[in-house]
Amino acid sequence: MSTAVAVVLLLALAAYAAFGGADFGAGFWDLTAGGAERGAAPRAVVERSIGPVWEANHVWLIFVLVVTWTAFPEAYAAIWLTMFVPLTIAAVGIVLRGASFAFRKAVVGPRVRRVFGGGFALSSVLVPFCLGAVAGGIAAGEVPAGGRAGDPVTSWLNPVSVAVGVLAVALAAYLAAVYLVRDARHGDDPAMVGYFRRRAVGAAVVAGVVAAVGLVVVDRDAHPVFEGLVTTALPLVVAGTLGAVGALVLLVRDAPRGARVLAVLAVTSVIAAWGVAQWPDLLPGALSVADAAAPDGTLVALVAAVGLGVLLVAPGFVLLYVLAQRRLLPEEGVEP
Amino acid sequence: MPSVDQLAAAAAAVSAVDPVPWARSQMAFTLGFHIILVPLGVSWAAMALIANYRGVKHGDRDALELAQRWSKYMAVTFAVGAVTGTVLSFEFGLLWPRFMAQWGDAFGVPFAFEGIFFFLEAIFVAIYIFGWRRLRPWPHFWTGVPIVLAGVLGSVSVVAANAWMNAPTGYTLDDSGAIVAVDPVRVIFNDSMPWQAAHMVVAAYLVGGCLVASVYAFAMLRGRRDRYHRLGFTIAFTVAAVAAPVQMAVGDGLARWVYENQPVKFAAIELVPETSSDVPETLLGRLGPDGQVEGGLPIPGLASWLSDPSTGRDTVVQGLDAVPADERPTTREVNTVHLAWDVMVGIGTLLLLLAVWYGVVWLVRRRAPRGRLFLAAVSASGVLAVLAMEAGWIVTEVGRQPWIVYEVMRVEDAATGNEGVWATFLGVVLLYLVLGTTTVLVLRAMSRRFRRQAAFRDDDTPYGPTPDGVGRVPDDARAPEPAAGGTAPDHDARGPR
Repeated sequence: MSTAVAVVLLLALAAYAAFGGADFGAGFWDLTAGGAERGAAPRAVVERSIGPVWEANHVWLIFVLVVTWTAFPEAYAAIWLTMFVPLTIAAVGIVLRGASFAFRKAVVGPRVRRVFGGGFALSSVLVPFCLGAVAGGIAAGEVPAGGRAGDPVTSWLNPVSVAVGVLAVALAAYLAAVYLVRDARHGDDPAMVGYFRRRAVGAAVVAGVVAAVGLVVVDRDAHPVFEGLVTTALPLVVAGTLGAVGALVLLVRDAPRGARVLAVLAVTSVIAAWGVAQWPDLLPGALSVADAAAPDGTLVALVAAVGLGVLLVAPGFVLLYVLAQRRLLPEEGVEP
Repeated sequence: MPSVDQLAAAAAAVSAVDPVPWARSQMAFTLGFHIILVPLGVSWAAMALIANYRGVKHGDRDALELAQRWSKYMAVTFAVGAVTGTVLSFEFGLLWPRFMAQWGDAFGVPFAFEGIFFFLEAIFVAIYIFGWRRLRPWPHFWTGVPIVLAGVLGSVSVVAANAWMNAPTGYTLDDSGAIVAVDPVRVIFNDSMPWQAAHMVVAAYLVGGCLVASVYAFAMLRGRRDRYHRLGFTIAFTVAAVAAPVQMAVGDGLARWVYENQPVKFAAIELVPETSSDVPETLLGRLGPDGQVEGGLPIPGLASWLSDPSTGRDTVVQGLDAVPADERPTTREVNTVHLAWDVMVGIGTLLLLLAVWYGVVWLVRRRAPRGRLFLAAVSASGVLAVLAMEAGWIVTEVGRQPWIVYEVMRVEDAATGNEGVWATFLGVVLLYLVLGTTTVLVLRAMSRRFRRQAAFRDDDTPYGPTPDGVGRVPDDARAPEPAAGGTAPDHDARGPR
């Protein structure tokens, strides 16, 4: 039972990376779009693209948190006890980001819009870095169990954490650029199609380099996880790499639809590989999934909630994306 | 010049403060902020749907315009609610890691379902808000219905978790005090859950109705009495007027539950130092340092009578002295609880009177009261209703002290040991002050912009224009302005302030 819930947790994390991650990445491109005039066109694509969906995507994070504290309460407490600094920064970033994005849409004045836009874009980089750093710290065994707190600084500012944090930002930017290519094409905007395609290719190369460096760092500082990556998780690592390379090829050949599928495969494979590589540990070296798990009654209730979610939420989520993709949910924001 | 070491020592001294009061303050502050947005999330969608239904069914363009604008404001309040709610889920870990480690497997169960409902809400809020222009009228209307259902069920789930802290059931402990078995049904449907959940859901409609109605009442006081404003006022205040008497009944039931199951909290509410019968209902007043009631206006026997009308003034009410001092709220906390109770019940009574006034005028004259006094009272009702709701949460939370899980775990055993909480508290207060101010400013800027728009711009018209013209509400379907309203609708004077 605890295995089933761990799989649910990993899937929810992967979904958050694939959906929510792209929203963060869109913020990255918003940040780097340049001055108000030069950046207007790409920012419009970003706003149109994530406007209707970002809140639903954000719920994946809530779901991950809820599953963690309900199914693995001891691990949740341990992670928060050690990682309170990056998690506090992430919480502030989430507030700034969501509020700024909603506010920017609702106001007209260009100066006010720039302030909100800046808040949205900056925190879009901060949050994935912090969450990635937390994940890296967990993988590197920096989170002890048993009510003790790890080091508040080095637990998330160590080579593995920084590598994973930067990787999270790069992957988010990469995913977003791949999505935005297609959204720009839907908007019949060839200039923007080229714009985001160049950035998607660039981000893919950067993410690849960071991932390679990250592997070296993981080998050195989180060796048990590295062992997992090259044995049990090897198929996922290979699948992820193939997906990334395939997406790159399709991007260059200008086939954004297939590129999107392969890019999602690449990113979710990274998450899945992490989970498989540190199996059966939840906090490597400190706590296993089975030891951390709540009693069966709780796990059954969780699985029931997930079943309800599949029945109720999945159709709604699909409907939202279908409507958004068919452009039946036009941006309600005002023209600047 | 002090050395770096001295500075570091000074910083350490400043920061080495007991985290418990700061953790409590931070949780109270962030919850208190978030709870203001909850009624809007839960009930505003229902009010927008009422307007939307009227607009589509009767071709009433004022109603349609109301529904559309409300949904645009909702987009902002929902986003702020979503992020402040996220902060709360972080704080469970940041502030209360030991509580979560011990009880997460029971306390967390209702949240698993809340997550599902929040998901549904976020999905359909997006579809409804963004669907105005390109979806057909009735399908668009129906995409709003799940928001209302998910809003109610979501708040029921969250309140179930809070109710569990008041009535912890559905778990088995082993000798070491760890949870070994959980009965999720008993956790969710704990004894306190039905009353508390009903009280919060009705509060959401009462507060949401008053908040929205107060904006339109204020605009009407300032002369904007066109049909658009009257409709906005009527829809919102009718919702509040229906909720007010229901809330009285539900609140009474919950108070009796507290009387039976949390006698210490009840003693704090009613300011009862010693167990006795014929206990007066003391309005205002406080507990002095000697533990006796000072001041206030006692109504003889009423607290006893209300606690159990069947035994009347003979009903025995347990006093604070029935439990050791370290197992009940401090004197200061008792006074906080009692004052909050008076504020909640006082405001609730005022709102009930306002609802009765509204209902009587409606029955006699078949229209809403429009006098300046009534409008002024409704203008104030929004802020008052929020105050009452905050006071209600203070009663239940402070009244449970010193327990975080009633009679099972103490707050100080649940809090983080991290001594930097005072700093995050100050940061959060600053951040939320900016957030709250900005939210109000943005909503006002939106309302001014709406008012400036002479009429619907063509590209902003609900349900059209679509390529095939389907679903377009014809221009001539705008409901005629009644003679009393005077001239043609004055679009420039529109929009709440």
